[in-house]
Amino acid sequence: MTLPLETDGRIAVAMSGGVDSAVAAALLARQGLPVVGITLRIWPSLRPTDPAQRFDSCCSPGSVEDARSVAQALGIPHYVLNYEAEFDREVIQYFTQAYLNGETPNPCVPCNSRLKFGSLLSRARGWGATRVATGHYGRVDRDPVTGRHRLRRAADPRKDQSYFLYGLTQDQLAACLFPVGHLEKAETRTIARELGLAVAEKPDSQEICFVPRDYRAYLRERAGAAIRPGVIRDTGGTAHGRHAGVAFYTVGQRRGLGIGSPQPLYVIDLDPATNEVIVGEDRELWTREVEVDRVNLIAVERLDAPQRVLAKIRYAHTPAPATAFPLAGDRVRLAFDDAQRAVAPGQAAVFYDANDPELVVGGGTILRQCKISH
Amino acid sequence: MRVYVDHNATTPLAPEVLAAMTPYLTERFGNPSSLHAWGQEARQALERARAAIAQALGAIDKDTIVFTAGGTEADNLALLGVAAAQQARGRHIVISAVEHHAVLHTAAYLARLGFEVTHLPVDAQGLLDPDEVRRAIRPETVLVSLMHANNETGVLFPIGRMGRICRERGVTLHTDAVQSFGKLPLDVDGLEVDLLSLSGHKIHGPKGIGALFVRRGTTMRPLIHGGTQERSRRAGTENVAAAVGLARAAELMLQGQEGEAKRLADLRDRLELTLMAALPGVLRNGHPTERLPHTTNLAFAGAEAESLVVALDLCGIGVSSGAACSSGSPEPSHVLAAMGLPRERVDGSIRFSLGRGTTPEEIDRVVEVLPPIVERMRRVNAGLTPAAGVRA
Repeated sequence: MTLPLETDGRIAVAMSGGVDSAVAAALLARQGLPVVGITLRIWPSLRPTDPAQRFDSCCSPGSVEDARSVAQALGIPHYVLNYEAEFDREVIQYFTQAYLNGETPNPCVPCNSRLKFGSLLSRARGWGATRVATGHYGRVDRDPVTGRHRLRRAADPRKDQSYFLYGLTQDQLAACLFPVGHLEKAETRTIARELGLAVAEKPDSQEICFVPRDYRAYLRERAGAAIRPGVIRDTGGTAHGRHAGVAFYTVGQRRGLGIGSPQPLYVIDLDPATNEVIVGEDRELWTREVEVDRVNLIAVERLDAPQRVLAKIRYAHTPAPATAFPLAGDRVRLAFDDAQRAVAPGQAAVFYDANDPELVVGGGTILRQCKISH
Repeated sequence: MRVYVDHNATTPLAPEVLAAMTPYLTERFGNPSSLHAWGQEARQALERARAAIAQALGAIDKDTIVFTAGGTEADNLALLGVAAAQQARGRHIVISAVEHHAVLHTAAYLARLGFEVTHLPVDAQGLLDPDEVRRAIRPETVLVSLMHANNETGVLFPIGRMGRICRERGVTLHTDAVQSFGKLPLDVDGLEVDLLSLSGHKIHGPKGIGALFVRRGTTMRPLIHGGTQERSRRAGTENVAAAVGLARAAELMLQGQEGEAKRLADLRDRLELTLMAALPGVLRNGHPTERLPHTTNLAFAGAEAESLVVALDLCGIGVSSGAACSSGSPEPSHVLAAMGLPRERVDGSIRFSLGRGTTPEEIDRVVEVLPPIVERMRRVNAGLTPAAGVRA
């Protein structure tokens, strides 16, 4: 198949070492487009004790080798660029800070908007490239009326990654290419097999590529000094024991609280100011209104009036009908038709057009709600 | 047209070198330690190679040459070997802040073992004041290790003057001459050094071979233990073919050395001047004259080194940002940082190193290709999006 492309410039393909970006590169190269493969090395150079050596995920040292061998098989130039410092600054620091703030981060969001379609895109433009392609499952097109560059859900609903791409600006969307966005994952693997790519059977990468197993151990290593134990309290103010640090909990979490209660208790809020974990019963986890900050709008330039949307509040969430009310600055209030369970501050809320559920209207970061007053 | 201007990283093997090596990779395969004819043949070749390297360094005694697996091993042998042998006398060593990682990281390893390491500063042009060496030497100092020519900037240290200081104080002096060997006249007596490292693949010789000159009377212990090869200073069956190749490569470098240095210096100056004329905001890093003839390190304001390397490679031009061994490391060049250059200048600096194959046409190609790339990067970094479809 042929991709709709009007570029005659070079295309930089961000190759993570996985099957999706390998096929993205292959599809472009097969069309005879001038492709250059780029792998961002986000890990420190190998040391014998490096934890990175112990697992294999996106952009890990083993994956850098995989990307290199795919590029070689495709006969395209390929470079491994050192992104250790930038990844640390833009992704890892955000990730740890969010947890310290009692939030649940989406590290893929800044990795996409600041690294792959931020710094890599601008470097690629420096080399004379006009586009950056990735193996993301998402689709871009252009509004025939307004001319805006739009982001749509992928053809494969189970693999759709538009949730992680909502932060892209018009300039970034104009320059990005998702060559596998219109494929089912199984088709991607079939193409990889047909092309004899060594990564064809490689398992899908984890959601958080830089955290080996347990994010809590990772946080302890990264920011142990800033994490302090504190009190677990219920919404009525009664203390229920001690916690190891608010960074180790996520709203909705039930396990690992270490407290006994006749009713199952869940984390319903994390207060970094008082260093308290607030617990409550299941009914206290349900919220109808969510305020969203740092909103990036894609389908429209401005939100002038309330709009009916389908809003997704975590990656695995089925978008739920809501009304998006524009607030001052870049904030939006989402009023869901039905209350939603375990809305975690720090997670992205991405809203899709109620009349065109494939179309990303925009998205932002969920703010901490005032739960205790409920 | 492809242009390789990264000869400080490595050089292509000279055809004459390959021809000299081939018999020792094929029919003359003997082990130099064997008694029989095969062994004797190999032994002869090895010792001839040793004598040729000694001669290239102005050393009369060929047994001052210890073959190693490269410049890095030679540096390791010098530092660790002297430190191990002389630690009873003292546990202090002196190096400069701009040494190659083979010295820098070996010294750091010694520091972990309890040695004290003094890093001498350089000035903004990369020069080292010999008085700094004088001031740094203490009664417990056992080794001073200072490079002859810097791999990133080409800047030369006045090793001869430092040699006299060390000799007066009875301290062993090592110099890493990996980048200068073959390119400049080298005389171990004139330089008054006790130890000198050199490498094969920087002079159109094979990879995997280097040597350490060890002046008679220098107290040093081996790193590699086993047989009695290399007069028990480096165990292991000798790499005869590579040693022969190294010797042949050194001979070729010495033939017409002066003329080649002049030719390369002219090409380098042409490269610098044409680039500076074509582009504003180009600065040379390092001293303008106290340097190797074939190396230049240039800062391009508003551009980023790694991107320049990629953009040039996509146009068939091979250069490097800093040392090849540290490419892809998050730290900025320790050499340029030690010169006190601001971070933006360090981040926009690339090294061009010319070599035997470099022609005027190649230099013209570089100065034709590079300015538009830098200008485009400056536009992008200034936030201007290039029009779609614009190609290099």
